[in-house]
Amino acid sequence: MRPWGRWSPLRAVAAVLGTAFALSSVGSATAQSAKPIKIGLGMALTGGLSANGKPALLAMQIWRDDINKRGGLLDRPVELIYYDDQTNPATVPGIYTKLLDVDQVNFVVSGYGTNLIAPLLPIVMERKLTLMGVLGLANNEKYKYPNYFQIQPSGPDPEANWAMGFFEIAGKLNPRPQTIALVGADAEYPRHAIDGARELVKTFGFKTVYDKSYPPSTVDYTPIARAIKAANPDIVFVASYPPDSVGMVRAAREVGLQPKLFGGGMVGLQYTSVMTSMGPMLNGIVNYDFWAPERTMMFPGIEEFFKEYQARAEKAGVDPLGYYLPPYAYAAVQILGRAIEATKSLDQQTVADYIRKTEFRTIVGKVKFGPNGEWAKSRVLMIQYQNIEGRLVEQFKGPGRKVVLYPEEFKSGNLIYPYSAAQR
Amino acid sequence: MFSWDLLANAVVAGVLLGGFYAAVSLGVSLTFGLLDVVNIAHPAFVILGSYAAYAMNSSFGLDPILTGMLLTPLFYVLGAAVYQVYYASFERRGEESLRGLVFFFGLLFIIEVSLSLTYGVDYRLVEAPYIGKSIELGGVGVAVRLLVPFAVGLAMTLALHLFLSRTFYGRAIKAVSQDRLALRLMGANPVRIKTIAFGIGIAAASLSGALLVTIAPVVPSTDRDYIGRVFAIAVLGGLGSIGGTLVAAIILGVAESLMATFFGPSWSLAVSFGILLLALAVRPTGLFGR
Repeated sequence: MRPWGRWSPLRAVAAVLGTAFALSSVGSATAQSAKPIKIGLGMALTGGLSANGKPALLAMQIWRDDINKRGGLLDRPVELIYYDDQTNPATVPGIYTKLLDVDQVNFVVSGYGTNLIAPLLPIVMERKLTLMGVLGLANNEKYKYPNYFQIQPSGPDPEANWAMGFFEIAGKLNPRPQTIALVGADAEYPRHAIDGARELVKTFGFKTVYDKSYPPSTVDYTPIARAIKAANPDIVFVASYPPDSVGMVRAAREVGLQPKLFGGGMVGLQYTSVMTSMGPMLNGIVNYDFWAPERTMMFPGIEEFFKEYQARAEKAGVDPLGYYLPPYAYAAVQILGRAIEATKSLDQQTVADYIRKTEFRTIVGKVKFGPNGEWAKSRVLMIQYQNIEGRLVEQFKGPGRKVVLYPEEFKSGNLIYPYSAAQR
Repeated sequence: MFSWDLLANAVVAGVLLGGFYAAVSLGVSLTFGLLDVVNIAHPAFVILGSYAAYAMNSSFGLDPILTGMLLTPLFYVLGAAVYQVYYASFERRGEESLRGLVFFFGLLFIIEVSLSLTYGVDYRLVEAPYIGKSIELGGVGVAVRLLVPFAVGLAMTLALHLFLSRTFYGRAIKAVSQDRLALRLMGANPVRIKTIAFGIGIAAASLSGALLVTIAPVVPSTDRDYIGRVFAIAVLGGLGSIGGTLVAAIILGVAESLMATFFGPSWSLAVSFGILLLALAVRPTGLFGR
């Protein structure tokens, strides 16, 4: 009897598995050896916005790896080509011209933030490109460019929708607050946010008792907090960038500023490093956010994304939890990839038309864009920091610390009111 | 909205802020004012000091300001080494004016990028028992987070003033800015004296960085917010005048605080630099310059 003359069941299984593996390797090798689909971007890897830019890039790299593991797009691997825009809008035209003319990318996505998207839009419009924007506020309001899509869930009227949740919450309080203070940095995003808040003040019938801005390089915020305290508002709406958010929260505590509702549009409080450093000082603040580890926010794929992101975060030197921006950066390229796959096309207009008419299921939930490229329906969350004890990062991984108050369909808890009650 | 209570609080907050500004600017007053070295990288060394304090605070729980003090000898050595490179590459060849400026610009970016690569670009904050607390002094609320840097800034100013006026090396540093040849004839080596002075300037920068990180969060690029401010204070005080630096810093601090309280914070920086221009129009050498 020849030793290999008969097939045992074990050998048969081994043969099938071996053949399948070989075939899958061939398929994968075909995708990987094909000419890659290039996606180009400038990103803030240094400078003031790099704390968000680097996590955004990491999220996009995770998507690239995910998609390449599955064989790429249109049987071609995906390549990300990126340059550091240094958080400097002046570098954006040069970077994208190089991406388009020298690197010959197939698609571009924006860098992070309103200021960096602003100089990119004219270039994209001139060349009739499709653009996925990564967290810019109201960039397309003047241009109305039809092939621009913004992943930030601001909604169809970005300025007004941004603060809508905060005012909706304030308007339902009992007893109803009467007066409001508006304060924000002299910079692009806070100006938009404060403009929107001013409109909402009229809509909700509050009386403005303080409305001032400050330079972003301000070091000490106690005089500002004290001036607001002297005006004795029921509500304080703050639109700020990370250093001023920290400065305002600390100053409010130091001067004993205790309005009934405090927060609104403070960027930075979402960052893990800020949350762990500020600890219980955050309790009671009602602020916008995009995601929180609450049961209402567990969309398909998001937990797997965070698992991968958090595993890579330390090495990349970025926010260790990544709840704020990274899932949205991932979703932006996820939508672009889905559109390319569905249309089987790299034509800018075809892909843009598909994105415009389709509702996408992404790791940040269902996304449908409206006529101005913003989300058809706003989903800016208003969360309240509650029950934070000490400064351990673990507490922020579970529910109950960032309780979603708005919108109603994602609500995960109730407001502790007034602000001072949550600080006890 | 005026009240005496608000005024008193604004003035006290401004004085405290001024003490911190003085600490950040002392090194520039020394290197730019007395040595004629335009160390544009000074704020980068401030941020380096902030990160050193942050690293020790987050890893070992050490008080950031205490860490800042303990690390001053290390930064002194670093500063002395930087000056030696600058001297050998530019000053000795008489090429310090433009190329020296480029050297310090380069240094600024190298420090910034090194910090980005080492610590990432996340905002860094420290923890200390006095952060977030305030005390009431006769109806005036004082943020302890600002009071401690003010006290340290005041102590630094006093120490540097005494060093420059009472010690041999201090007088030699003053002399090197006036007449190098005469100093050489007195048996002192100007390069050595300048090395010591530059080292002290960088040590002061590092300590002020520890003060900064107790007041506000930092990222590697925070240094850019301070470039204009520290040079403005050094010039307003009068180049080389340590006491003048403190007075100028307090003037700017109080001006910022008053504007923020009564007229809107947007005007703070414009008024501060308006004061600088006005003062220079009346006294081109600064308030205490000779």
